[in-house]
Amino acid sequence: MDDVFTLAGRRLGSRLLIGSSGYPNRQVMLDAIEASGAEVVTVSIRRISLEGYAESMVDLLGGRWTVLPNTAGCQTAKEAVLTARLAREALDIDWVKLEVIGDRETLHPDSEELLRATAELVGDGFQVLPYCGDDPVVCRKLADAGAAAVMPLGAPIGSGLGVSNPRAIERICARSPVPVILDAGIGTASDAALAMELGCAAVLLNTAVAKAEDPVRMAAAMKHGVEAGRLARSAGRIPILTHAEPSSPQLGLVGS
Amino acid sequence: MSAVTTIRVNGAEEALGWGCVGDLLAARGIPPGTRGVAVALNGAVLRAADWTGTPLAAGDTVEIVRPFQGG
Repeated sequence: MDDVFTLAGRRLGSRLLIGSSGYPNRQVMLDAIEASGAEVVTVSIRRISLEGYAESMVDLLGGRWTVLPNTAGCQTAKEAVLTARLAREALDIDWVKLEVIGDRETLHPDSEELLRATAELVGDGFQVLPYCGDDPVVCRKLADAGAAAVMPLGAPIGSGLGVSNPRAIERICARSPVPVILDAGIGTASDAALAMELGCAAVLLNTAVAKAEDPVRMAAAMKHGVEAGRLARSAGRIPILTHAEPSSPQLGLVGS
Repeated sequence: MSAVTTIRVNGAEEALGWGCVGDLLAARGIPPGTRGVAVALNGAVLRAADWTGTPLAAGDTVEIVRPFQGG
């Protein structure tokens, strides 16, 4: 499908972004990422093991895919800003999936800290992709602060609940001046299709593929789900009616 | 109160046994310019080119990170 997506100045052929965490093993991860068709793969930034360090994600993914570092687990703007700067130094890349969570139980974004970190990182030259709530006002404030996209959650991280509040996501998409990427909550391919039908520019997911019984097969399903949803969105769906509307001609009925 | 004689590396206290950041990293098998590794000294990123020669002092906090699997 010739449908180029520009995100933070990068031209992408796929509207699916995929995570690199939680796969049964390294080969399944690589095969699943390949099957997903994604060009952007998220990674986290973590302390090296004090005993030394194992194989590098840079060597594993670099060159083949574009790496997008996240600030997962950070609970303050200060932690997230330092993590983003470390990511830029480690990966020589100027974009970041900005995540500042409010608590470890819900993993829900802390909007106040997120806005603060977004403004600081934008001022520092970053392309900031903030993971945020499905709140149209917060999304607008993030865009106003210079975010390159907004990434509202569909449902809690890892939950697989899908898109809990489709009307809010639709509203955010309708008024956002920057691309909207549905991030978190996707459980299966129809969830990804729905997100695209609601007007999202892309979908970011991880657990739904990594923890599926067959991650490679689910990755392919997600690829098709995103493509189907995008096609349906651009095709213009029929209006929803509350009554039946016959699809066959009403003239020339036998016996009339 | 005794004087501080340790540094904190990735959250763990250790004796200050290195003259500069580069020595600390080399002792962990990370030579200068290792791809994918980033270092912060006292909350600020220390560019790889500055690892060698940036002195360590008691009380310093060092973070050594790398990309890992993530969502």
